[in-house]
Amino acid sequence: MKGSTKQLAGIALFAVLVACVPFVTKSGVTLNFVMMALYATLIAQAWNILGGFGGQFSFGHALFFGTGAYIQAIAQLQGGINAWVALPLAIVGAALVGLFMGALTFRYGLKGSYFALVTLAFAEVFRILALSVDFTGGGVGLMVPLRESVGNLQFSSRAGYLWVVLAMVVAALLVTWWLRNGRFGAYLQAVRDNEDAARAVGVNPFRVKLGAIGLSAAFMGAAGAFYVQVFQYIDAGIAYGPAVSIEALVAAIVGGMGTMWGPVLGAVVLHLLSDLTRNLFGELPGINMVIYGTVLVLIVIFVPRGIAGIGLSVRQLWKPKGGRHD
Amino acid sequence: MTDALLAIDGLSRSFGGLKAVQNVSLSVREGSLSALIGPNGAGKTTLFALMSGFLKPDTGTVRFAGEDITGREPHRNAALGMTRTFQIVKPFAAQTVRENIAVGAHLHVRGRAEALQNAEAVALRVGLAPQLDKPASDLTVAGRKRLELARALATKPRLLLLDEVLAGLNPQEIAEMMPVVRGIADSGVTVLMIEHVMQAVMHLAEHVWVLAQGQLIAEGSPAQVTSDDRVVEAYLGHGTAARLRKAASGVAA
Repeated sequence: MKGSTKQLAGIALFAVLVACVPFVTKSGVTLNFVMMALYATLIAQAWNILGGFGGQFSFGHALFFGTGAYIQAIAQLQGGINAWVALPLAIVGAALVGLFMGALTFRYGLKGSYFALVTLAFAEVFRILALSVDFTGGGVGLMVPLRESVGNLQFSSRAGYLWVVLAMVVAALLVTWWLRNGRFGAYLQAVRDNEDAARAVGVNPFRVKLGAIGLSAAFMGAAGAFYVQVFQYIDAGIAYGPAVSIEALVAAIVGGMGTMWGPVLGAVVLHLLSDLTRNLFGELPGINMVIYGTVLVLIVIFVPRGIAGIGLSVRQLWKPKGGRHD
Repeated sequence: MTDALLAIDGLSRSFGGLKAVQNVSLSVREGSLSALIGPNGAGKTTLFALMSGFLKPDTGTVRFAGEDITGREPHRNAALGMTRTFQIVKPFAAQTVRENIAVGAHLHVRGRAEALQNAEAVALRVGLAPQLDKPASDLTVAGRKRLELARALATKPRLLLLDEVLAGLNPQEIAEMMPVVRGIADSGVTVLMIEHVMQAVMHLAEHVWVLAQGQLIAEGSPAQVTSDDRVVEAYLGHGTAARLRKAASGVAA
């Protein structure tokens, strides 16, 4: 298995290179950019596990993000739990919500647009619930007090956060590596490509999709917890609003669904783009979203397999003619 | 029938007012290669779906290797050793031929490397070896039919339900495919096939069931059923059997 070892080496190289960034530059802007790009990579990769590899397009991944974020905040504020201990709780809690929603939707065979709509509805229901109950702080939101120390998972420089989110991204990359090189991933992609054919050869689609949504939700929960640690604030709109859901799926689609590096590329490119447009057209609020949308449309039209798919297409162009049609 | 691998009894299924399968009973002997034939719309594919668990019967039972599996989900039946293919081929288009077949092999093999290796061996058996690294979407119709067969075969089934693996192939491709099916049966896999290509049925099948309008109307050796009046009329219309006989005797006289 040479190919799979090469992929592991790629992940290791990526981890080392990005981890070294804080030693190369002390620029807050650069470190912030890298950190936010990694954060965007994390949610894109989380979405990619279910949407890219499993073909289940969720429009409500904020559900898991928000759950992770609220658990992280509430555990510290009301439970007095250390942030490092709260983090695994947030991850597990988000995964459980994922399994719960997956059990409900997949049990009844919801697919395609129906699944997308139900996920959107779930996230919205949670948003409204979070607005109306007390322990989430209602419309005011929750503020985690600033106590900078490594023991509190709060860092005085962006470098600490960068390493934390890098570890999460590497974990997500290792999961996608496993999806590409293991039985579970083979089953998941089989279910995506043709559920009936997969069933005929012994794949239980319910179990496979449930596993995928659990994993996907776990990484979303980690991203939510990370968000709370960085910004020390969460409210219902941030946690369960559509912005996070859309950011996750756009980066994954632009980068290339069902690939290992696609979500990384997508997240970085989109972040570069939105930073550039914000700096260039700062006096026109919202223009970055317009450009965002335009780029998305162009990608869907011209590179439907995403940025990661461009390399493949080029390689196929170079293949000797006739090889593809016999 | 103690050596029946698959035995169905009184199987019926309706869709609204349409009785797709009515009170069908048959049993497939272990180690046999048999066929299910019948005019279009006779309910053959529905019967396959009822056997393999894709559809639940309204009444009747399905027993596989002595176990009652009526209405059990297809993936559990595959694990028991009954795998079906589809008339309308369903490749995992985004994946290579090798990866497609490996999905079947994974039923009994956890390791990825080993499953991919098994896939290669199966591809060799069905004549797909040269196409192993092509995307499944690049295969011709004949290639896709072989892939459908290979993927099912990779699950190491005891009973293979083949739904028209020869449909849509040209005569040369059919001639190439027939020995492949024969080889599978000879390797000890029990095969039940739905087939329209009579040449293949005559050459391959030991036993044939004829289904028309949801009911079994005849069974026996290929020669027996093709000379059966009810079968001739099911295909060609009422009264044709007598007309054909008259024409034949007219020629003889």
